Parts: sequence; structure tokens; C-alpha cells
Amino acid sequence: MTAILDVQNLAVRFGPTLAVRDASFIVQKGETHCIVGESGCGKSVTALAIMNLLARNARRDAKSITFAGRDILAYSDRQMEDVRGNRMAMIFQEPMTSLNPSYTIGSQMTEVLRRHHNTTKDLAEQRAIGLMQRVGITAPEMRLGQYPHQLSGGLRQRVMIAMALMCDPELLIADEPTTALDVTVQAQILRLLAELKQELGLGILLITHDLGIVARVADHVSVMYAGEVIETGRTADLFANPSHPYTRGLIDCVPVPGKIKPGEALGSIPGTVPVMKDGFSGCAFRFRCPLASEVCTQTVPRHEVGPDHLVQCHLPSRQGAGQ
Amino acid sequence: MPRLKEIGFVIGLVIVGVVFVAAVIGPWLTGHDAFAQNLNARLIPPFWMEGGSSQHWLGTDQIGRDYLTRLLYGARISLFIGILTVITSGIIGTTLGVLGGFYGGRIDDAVLFVITCRLSIPVVLVALAVVGLVGSSLTLVVTTLGLLLWDRFAVVARATTMQIRSLDYVNAAWCSGCSPLDIMRHEILPNISSHLMVVCTLEIALAILLEASLSFLGLGVPPPLPSWGLMIAEGKDYMFFSAWVIMIPGIALFTLVLGMNMVGDGLRRAFGTQVIK
Repeated sequence: MTAILDVQNLAVRFGPTLAVRDASFIVQKGETHCIVGESGCGKSVTALAIMNLLARNARRDAKSITFAGRDILAYSDRQMEDVRGNRMAMIFQEPMTSLNPSYTIGSQMTEVLRRHHNTTKDLAEQRAIGLMQRVGITAPEMRLGQYPHQLSGGLRQRVMIAMALMCDPELLIADEPTTALDVTVQAQILRLLAELKQELGLGILLITHDLGIVARVADHVSVMYAGEVIETGRTADLFANPSHPYTRGLIDCVPVPGKIKPGEALGSIPGTVPVMKDGFSGCAFRFRCPLASEVCTQTVPRHEVGPDHLVQCHLPSRQGAGQ
Repeated sequence: MPRLKEIGFVIGLVIVGVVFVAAVIGPWLTGHDAFAQNLNARLIPPFWMEGGSSQHWLGTDQIGRDYLTRLLYGARISLFIGILTVITSGIIGTTLGVLGGFYGGRIDDAVLFVITCRLSIPVVLVALAVVGLVGSSLTLVVTTLGLLLWDRFAVVARATTMQIRSLDYVNAAWCSGCSPLDIMRHEILPNISSHLMVVCTLEIALAILLEASLSFLGLGVPPPLPSWGLMIAEGKDYMFFSAWVIMIPGIALFTLVLGMNMVGDGLRRAFGTQVIK
């Protein structure tokens, strides 16, 4: 396996606010890497930071962001324009508003290809039709001439996916691609992404807050909290052996039919994600953690609790000392 | 049963359409030359008044030129000035507004400053001064008005650009590798064009009125070109005994500007329901 995207020590700040702190993860070729976390934990900012599309008041620092063997951290705006949409594509949460209402589906799809590659309109349309068929859109020839408002949400998300694939990218970043869709469509879209990953050898960076999705499609998971990757590992390991109290809390929050009786309170983690400012040290989760102790105010070490399974918490060292 | 506001739009469209067609082909159909003088046939009243003739449907002016031909020719000049002015001012205003709204920050501050400066300049006064200094000509009127009437374009383009630039499809365009210029051209402009269309109609009406005012003051279109404002100015000496000399161009001006505004209002309502979303 080779890494398509390797992010090392990414940090993003908006003025004094730290949106992402020291986040590192690797997306392998032909693998789905999920980033999970609550709202406001820095998932989407991470995606935008990789694309270098942060708002102007944001500052991005990282040791390295390696994409397909090249460090894109130092790329100029012009170089990034060549990468975006071409070798690294992104799909969004809101299919209803992610298409330009003024152009037909066909012209938007072909434009992406023609911006990056020198092809004729006919060839681009051929490719668009082929991809639309691939993502399960019926009557693609007709869709080419339609405007976004004539399509349903599920269809638009398929169009977005087809559009993202126009230039044959190596990495697909999907920012909550199914949140706005209903459950049946959600399942279809997830299955489609999994198929595409295998067929095309795509690396997929999937951003979500839904552990159900993670369990179904992810090969690797990184759990983010307050801008930090607090636990990362292979999906099976992470679900079998959640080592950070936050990961455990998240998993407990998922209601399981049969396990929870009607009328019983659903699991939840009290409190909200704190806003990180300069000068913060220690574990960001200690204010909500049931196992917090004195030591949590100190810099948190990273432990390897299994093969490829890292956790950022004092707990393993405390247990180690206790045993 | 169409609703009243749609009727207003249709009426406006009909008025503007009729004036447009009349302006384009009218002067060739009347059988008279707009500039041919005939001092033997001065101030003939329109055909419905006593002394009118079917030779000159709307009569003749003080030096015997056919009034209908001059009126139609005047419509041509009014529309010409209105449209050219709006093209000039539209380009200036939209460029400034989109740049300011898109980039924000310092660039936006600069654009706002320029807009504020422009708003503090009285249009008629500047137009008068320029024409007074350089002398009157059609090109000069168009240039002056075009360089002055861009404020509404800039304000509207800036505000709508700011609304659109953070929408999902613009983000999606960034992610597909668009340069800032691509974004402005392909994502922002098409989606603010409906708003700019409304401004266009209103500004055309304003430019036509301003041209008439300038011509009335003798500083707009130079004679013998038949501008409506000039026709009113030339006829004002005769208004006590031949009131139609100023009433006919006056009514024409009123109707065209009214029609333009009705079209603008109709467009605004039609686009209003689907404003950027």
C-alpha cells in the first residue's frame, strides 16, 4: 500500500483560536479514511486546509502535507489550481446548493474536464455520460441538458460525484456527503463510493459525524476532538478496542435497537467542544471526561495500543503504572 | 386571470417594444425627412386639430419639419443614449462591485470609497460643466453619463456578490480548481445578472431623462438632431399658442420612461422570488 495523502502535524488557526492542532493522518491508495467528530471539532477545516482553500484570516502550519509523493505545502496558488478538481476532488454536504443554478449539468461537468485537460466538447460529454451511467444516473443524455433545480437531492449528489471523477482524481475528499440525504439514498451513495474506491483505486477522505457510516465504509478512522486527532486506527480495531474515553463515549451515544429500552435515556456526552485558544495545554477533553484526573492538565502523550492504533490520552500510562 | 403586477410588466414591455420598433424603422416610414425645413408649412397642428392635415400627422415644428418623423428620430436618439450609457456604466459599475464584493478587505474599502465619492458628485452639474467646457455632442453626452451613472450597478453588484461568494457552489468551484477570475466570470456574474438586468432598465430610464434635461438646457444633443428634450426646448417659445409642440415630445418622454420603469419593476418581482438560492 502506498500513501496518497500524508498529513503531518497540521495546525490551523483563526487569529488566537486554534481550529486544528497537530493533526496527523495518512490516506492510503484504494482506502477510505474517515475523520469523525462532533460539530466544530475541525473536520471540515482540515479538509479545506489540505485543499489550501481556507478563509483569508486563517493560518495553516504543517510539517508536511504530502500528496502523491509531493509536498503540496509549498505549492503556489497556480500549482494548487492545477491539483484541485484534477488530481484531488471534493464533494460537499449540500447537494442542493453545490451546483451552479445558472448552468446545465452538462456544461458544469464538461467544464471541469476542459479546464484541466485539453479535450473537445464532444469527448468531454462522452466522458460525462459514461460517468453518469457509472454513478447510476438514468438517461444521462437527457440530464446533460437539465438544470440543477430539475434534479432531486440524491441525483444531484450523484452528479457531484460524477463531476468529481471527471478528471480521474487520485484522492476524493467527501465532506459529509450523505448528511443531507435520506437513509435509502445515503446507503446507495455510500455503496457507490465503496465501489468506486475499489474500481479506480481512489483514496477517499470521508468526513462525517456518523459512526454508523464509519463502521460501514471506513478502512481507517481518525477521531477528532477540539482540533486534535485523539485516536486513530483501523476501523475494526478501533471499534473493538476504543481506547480514548471520548471514542468510547461516541460509540455509546449510538442507540442500538434491543440494547436500549424504550423510555430509557440515550447515551450522550455532557458539555460541548471547547474553543481552543493560545496557551492551552493538556487534554482538551478533560472537562467532559468521566475519567479525568490531575495528570490530564499536562501534555498528553501518544500511545500505541495496538498495531497501527494510536491514542492520545494519559489513561494507558496510568493503567500501565497501576498494573 | 393574470395578476395586476404582471399586467404592469406586460404594458411596460409593450410600450418599450413599440418605441423600440418605431425608433428603428419609423423614420423611414413617414415619408418625410427629419431635417427638411419648409418655412411655408410652419407650425401646422396635428391632424385631429383644426387646420391639421393628413400630410403631417403630428403637424410641423416652428421651421416646418415633420413632427412625427422628428419624434421617431428622437426616440432613436433617446434609446441610443440610454443603451450606450448603460453599457458603459454597467461595465464600470459591475467590475468595481464584483471586485469589491468578491475580494473584500482593502479592495472593498477602496471600491466603497470610490462609490461614496461618486455619490457625492451631482450628475447634472458635472455633465453641465463638461459639456460647457468641451462643447455638446452625442458622444460626449454618452461618455459623460456612462462615466457617472455606474453607482447603482456597483452597489447592487457588490451586495449580491457578497451574498453569492460564500455559497456552496462557489466553494465547489474553488475545489474544482477554478482561478479567482473563473469564479467571478462563471459563478458570480451569471448569478447576479438578473439583479443587474433590473438596474439596467432603471438606469436606461434615468439616462434618457438626463439626456432630455441636458438637451433642454441646450447642453445635450446639438441641433439639428431631434432629441425629445431639444424639441421641448425649441417649442417652449410657442407653448402658449401651439401647446402640442411641447406636449407631444413631453408625453413621449413620459411614456417611455414609465414603460422602462414598469419593465424594471416587473423584472424585479419576477426575479425576486428566486433571488440567489
